[in-house]
Amino acid sequence: MSEFSTKGYLDMELLRFTTAGSVDDGKSTLIGRLLYDSKSIFEDQLEAVKRASIRRGNEHIDLALVTDGLRAEREQGITIDVAYRYFATPKRKFIIADTPGHIQYTRNMVTGASTANAAIILIDARNGVTEQTSRHSYIASLLQIPHVIICINKMDLVEYKKEVFEDIKRKYSDFSKNLKLREITFVPISALYGDNVVEPSANMPWYTGGTLLHVLENIEIGHDHNISDHRFPVQYVIRPMSDEFHDYRGYGGRVAGGVFREGDRVTVLPSMISSKIKSIDIYNGKLSEAYPPMSVTFTLEDDIDISRGDMLVKEDNLPQITQDIEVMMCWMNEKPLQINGKYALKHTTRDVRCIIQEVKYKVNVNTLEHITDDKTVKLNDIACVKMRTTKPLFVDPYEVNRRTGSLIIIDEATNNTVGVGMVTSNDLFNGK
Amino acid sequence: MKNKYSLTHLEELEYESIYVMREVAAQFERPVLLFSGGKDSIVMTHLAVKAFWPGKMPFPLLHIDTGHNFEETMIYRDNLVKKLGVQLIVGSVQESIDTGRVVEETGVTASRNILQTTTLLDTIEKYKFDAAMGGGRRDEEKARAKERFFSHRDEFGQWDPKNQRPELWNIFNGRKNIGEHFRVFPISNWTEMDVWQYILKEQIELPEIYFTHQREVFNRDGVWMAKAPFMMLKENEFYETRMVRCRTIGDVSCTGLTLSTANSLEEIIQEIAATRITERGGRADDMRSEAAMEDRKKEGYF
Repeated sequence: MSEFSTKGYLDMELLRFTTAGSVDDGKSTLIGRLLYDSKSIFEDQLEAVKRASIRRGNEHIDLALVTDGLRAEREQGITIDVAYRYFATPKRKFIIADTPGHIQYTRNMVTGASTANAAIILIDARNGVTEQTSRHSYIASLLQIPHVIICINKMDLVEYKKEVFEDIKRKYSDFSKNLKLREITFVPISALYGDNVVEPSANMPWYTGGTLLHVLENIEIGHDHNISDHRFPVQYVIRPMSDEFHDYRGYGGRVAGGVFREGDRVTVLPSMISSKIKSIDIYNGKLSEAYPPMSVTFTLEDDIDISRGDMLVKEDNLPQITQDIEVMMCWMNEKPLQINGKYALKHTTRDVRCIIQEVKYKVNVNTLEHITDDKTVKLNDIACVKMRTTKPLFVDPYEVNRRTGSLIIIDEATNNTVGVGMVTSNDLFNGK
Repeated sequence: MKNKYSLTHLEELEYESIYVMREVAAQFERPVLLFSGGKDSIVMTHLAVKAFWPGKMPFPLLHIDTGHNFEETMIYRDNLVKKLGVQLIVGSVQESIDTGRVVEETGVTASRNILQTTTLLDTIEKYKFDAAMGGGRRDEEKARAKERFFSHRDEFGQWDPKNQRPELWNIFNGRKNIGEHFRVFPISNWTEMDVWQYILKEQIELPEIYFTHQREVFNRDGVWMAKAPFMMLKENEFYETRMVRCRTIGDVSCTGLTLSTANSLEEIIQEIAATRITERGGRADDMRSEAAMEDRKKEGYF
């Protein structure tokens, strides 16, 4: 049997990671190298890249062209949006959210980071920790990406020296103390020549850690979801009204936190009525327990009125039920955030409206300083914002639960998503 | 090594797709599931059954029929619809041609592939569908790699790749103005391999042409095409009988066949694991230019 034996494949895990770096950091080259060396590029794709490389007058096959997406980008030679790439090794399946690293594209980095288990941040070995490193790291911290891998790239241009690697590692570790990064791994690489990307480097015998691919294959991802606080946002009520399932009333949704078991006593928000889980249904069967991010259907012992936007929780472990919310907001639109402006708001499966009350400060993503003298929140700005909603939301701090701690803001005139927010842990209990 | 509360990648992908489909049913008034008879739309239909069980899927299937179908696909489609008891709506490209909405391509490489866009948009408008779910996957093609799960279309059905709505976490914004609609891609994150593995895991029945069979074919620019009354041969092309199967199914005029003896799902999976050509490498429609897919998508293609 080949390495993709059918049994082995059925047992693989999924790792989603994001890559941040500018064109000059060799990010596209790194992804191209990762795909190429792990044999994930097909012949016809490689042929297309070869043709394009020759047309541009490049001497070597430009692996960066592998990840080039839309026509506009090919013309400008830069990546302008989030593109998703897929590859698999015998151990894991990977989804890459490939985002550009320019300052004006903070919104794309934030987008890519929102679903990632891991982030690769590239540092040019010649330049060390820069403003850009700071920006990428801040976003990884803000979006609470559980694992961060610092790739110190272009080691070939610093003669593969250990001191360069160690020096950057030390400086980064100092700098990152101000952030809330949970796990950091350092790998010295040359994306151009493939050192320590998939294969160990013969040029850096002093490095005894794993290659980048080895790190990606072995990161522990089982703990990335919250399995202690029970949260089940009701997404869709299933009522077959058929002869066979005449009185069936099931609550479809995706578990956002905690492990729910058959027989568990649950409380419905906002009504605060309690009942017991009668069954956890999936197609043609039942489960004894459900945990994130499973999509299941609950039936309850009692006939109570529950609809989309309600949340099933445990009585002794409630989320914050509040109309006053403070978030770290990333602004995604050309039209600035309007103080006292009203917006539509989506949080889990709940739709409400909100009014923006106050901008407490903006964050300079290059220096991490708080800005309080300019409170105009423009495209790509990140700010601490207070708002009030028309109806209560059931929220947790984002760092406790990425699903119940995140929300989006929509301009009601254009229907466009204009801002995204992460609930802070401050002020939640003051309620004002 | 695995944590007690972890999932396999196929489970995680399935749960994600079910979540997206339920979100469509909740956020839209008249959703529809695009069904081509290909493996991706078959998997989509299977996921829809699972998402709403024990209820029925709350939307009909829509087949955009070029009239140039493999017979096996049509038999499969009709059986499936009967088995599930769902409504099937057919948008006919032939009808679009007959009523003068589109003009048929001529010449030996003529294909009705591009004409489908008009028929699709007309059908969406006629039935006032506000969300059309498709089996597009981001791994298929470069332009698709940037597609959102919820992809907004203006009143002309057009896609603007530079002005897509931000899509974060799993919060989907399906708000729109009257006359606009959404394309939704619940299996965005699946790869070709994932689809085949899932078909094996779930033991999903497929049209017979996915497995090896004897067929009269001809070779055009390195791609094997099926003999059919509406396919014309160029000079130097000739029919021969080969053992082939489909890796992907579009209509006959743009579906390349693979020389293969794979007779079971396990054999197909082994074959794909060993292949070094992408599945759309056999699609004549994508070879027209480097940005062929992007151009078609902007106009409202699947």
